[in-house]
Amino acid sequence: MGGKMKIFSFVVVLTTLFTSFVSLAGTLVINSNQSDPRANEVMHAYIKAFDEAHPDINVVVNDFDTEEYKVAIRNFLQADPPDIAIWFAGNRMKFFVDQGLFEDVSDVWESAGFNDSMSATKGALTVDGKQYGVPYGYYQWGVYYRKDIFDDLGLNEPRNWEEFKWVCAMLKKNGVTPVTIGTRYLWTAAGWFDYMNMRVNGYQFHMDLMNGDASYEDPRLDDVFDKWAELLNAGYFLENHAALSWQEAITPMINGEAAMYLMGNFMVPFFEDAGMVDKVDYFQFPRIYKGVGMAEDAPTDTFHIPSGAKNKEDARKFLAFLANPEEAFKLASGNGVLTPNGNAKAPSDRFQAQGFKVLSSASDIAQFYDRDTHPDMHADGMPGLQEFMVKPNRIGAIRSRLDKTRKRVFSKN
Amino acid sequence: MIKYLKKNQIKIAPFFFLAPSIILFVLYVIYPIIDSIWVSFHSWNGMDRGLLGLSGELKNWKWVGLDNYKELIFDDYTFPINLLNNLKWLVLSLLVIPIGLGLAIFLNQNIREMKFIKPLFFFPFVINLVVVSLIFTWFYMPKYGILDLIFRFFGLEPIAFLAEETLATYAIIFAFFWPAIAYTMIIYLTGLTNVNTEVVEAGRIDGASGISMFWNVILPQLRPATFIATVVTVVGALRSFDMVAIMTKGGPWGSTSVLAYKMYEEALFSYRMGYGSAIATILFLIMDIYIVWFLYRLFQNEKSEK
Repeated sequence: MGGKMKIFSFVVVLTTLFTSFVSLAGTLVINSNQSDPRANEVMHAYIKAFDEAHPDINVVVNDFDTEEYKVAIRNFLQADPPDIAIWFAGNRMKFFVDQGLFEDVSDVWESAGFNDSMSATKGALTVDGKQYGVPYGYYQWGVYYRKDIFDDLGLNEPRNWEEFKWVCAMLKKNGVTPVTIGTRYLWTAAGWFDYMNMRVNGYQFHMDLMNGDASYEDPRLDDVFDKWAELLNAGYFLENHAALSWQEAITPMINGEAAMYLMGNFMVPFFEDAGMVDKVDYFQFPRIYKGVGMAEDAPTDTFHIPSGAKNKEDARKFLAFLANPEEAFKLASGNGVLTPNGNAKAPSDRFQAQGFKVLSSASDIAQFYDRDTHPDMHADGMPGLQEFMVKPNRIGAIRSRLDKTRKRVFSKN
Repeated sequence: MIKYLKKNQIKIAPFFFLAPSIILFVLYVIYPIIDSIWVSFHSWNGMDRGLLGLSGELKNWKWVGLDNYKELIFDDYTFPINLLNNLKWLVLSLLVIPIGLGLAIFLNQNIREMKFIKPLFFFPFVINLVVVSLIFTWFYMPKYGILDLIFRFFGLEPIAFLAEETLATYAIIFAFFWPAIAYTMIIYLTGLTNVNTEVVEAGRIDGASGISMFWNVILPQLRPATFIATVVTVVGALRSFDMVAIMTKGGPWGSTSVLAYKMYEEALFSYRMGYGSAIATILFLIMDIYIVWFLYRLFQNEKSEK
């Protein structure tokens, strides 16, 4: 494997030698992972707006496939760094910061006024008091539900755990699967874990767990898994979810066979394509204990300057361009996400508006399980959570296994 | 110098002709193998090997000796699962060979209609494995898949094969059968056209027919075809990575993962290149042992014939 990587980098170096002959001063190279047609269009429109505002800069965009990009970035940051790379906040960013591959851009935060306008997401971009990137979009998670089914059965949006369980019980009684989920790609199960843990134990404990400082065998997690198992044992989740991708699990909801789905706001276009978005609404994941802050998962997408970038001066101008509230708004809302720029106008889309409200009042913002914890940890953690969702009685063995992984990954004994 | 070259032209020329492929083979096959083995004795996250940490030590690259192997064999609870799955693939995939042979013999009849039927049997071989995996994922899909409809049509309780830890591996192997049988069948069809009719005639004169004709006259002549079919099927089964990646992602909870898939996950997604390389090395050894055994047997057979 390693050999292949090396040869790959060698090829990359060769191609760089070629391209560096053609690149002139004032060229800004951007590597983008926005491969979905809609996201791609929005990103290019934003870059075009930047280009028009800075006619002297010649912008070159390299488009990658979203999944391929996750592997490619490790090579190109070392072998052929662009001037701007798109990536994710939190632990995913920290990995490259530790490698010395991302540039400290605290000066841009200062000069472009991001310290005020983007204070909500600042923590996710900060390592040891310095900022290493600028966020351009983030989106809420929460429960998307079939409002028409709720109305037919006389159910309201649940505000707390007891009401949530009551809603589930009523749906089940009426032959509707309360919660749909597809766990073939695993991370959907992690979404449930994030919310259950943050609602029961609060943000700080959840982060301690993500950072390897708390144990998966910590007794405080007993309550989390007990409450979750209660839903599982009552049969409130879609059957055979391990065989379904998250997209496939939307079908029961579109068909009216299931009523709720804990998911990110990027799911909304699926309802639009199915022509039934009018029947869908959103509520915040309900409170479980009073006194525990309502922390939210809001994965943040970001721009970074690689340390090896050739044109850091223009790259800084590109980051600072997000201070333009209209363009920042267009870039985010075009993708169905929210702009972290507090000076931008509030979104008019019904889901984005609710997300905006939820996130502005959130006690803390987490990035999501697979962005908050070490990659090696979530590689074992997510299958463990999936297994728990199908075989809740194995939780003891799963937790001791995960804790073994935690000790190895974070070298804590 | 030129004089020397001219004089020894016949001796030297082959090396010039071979050089391009030797260089490519060394660069893209031999070197990665050696480097992978070297990496497997290190802890490496796939980033710059020479990067220094705060106290001047190598940050990403550390010699760990046999630790990766020790952890894999004694400490990793998924290793026996992966190995067992590889074994299931290995054993069950051998079924492909008699089935392919049977189909080839069936299709080898000189009937005019066969010309239209044959291409249908070639069809799965033409499709990419990725597409085969997707088709079978839909086939097995709970509630909306065809298999589910068939089960319900016969009044049976549908089974979500890919969601069951005990059944999912068999379901993927079954999907692998579809293109693999087509492949062995094609190999045997070409093998059958090469069967020497004189020998068959001689056998008939000696009173052979039916099973004894097949077993003693036809099958020995198909040995080269059997050799290729077996090697290709077994190597394909040991790799079996793409189908697992697409149909289940190794799930549910790692129960369908095979060594090749585990290697990919550890190296690329857990940032553990050293550990991934250790898995690759083990897989490499398993394949080597198998191929050496197979070649040994083949040579023995050929020797005994002479």
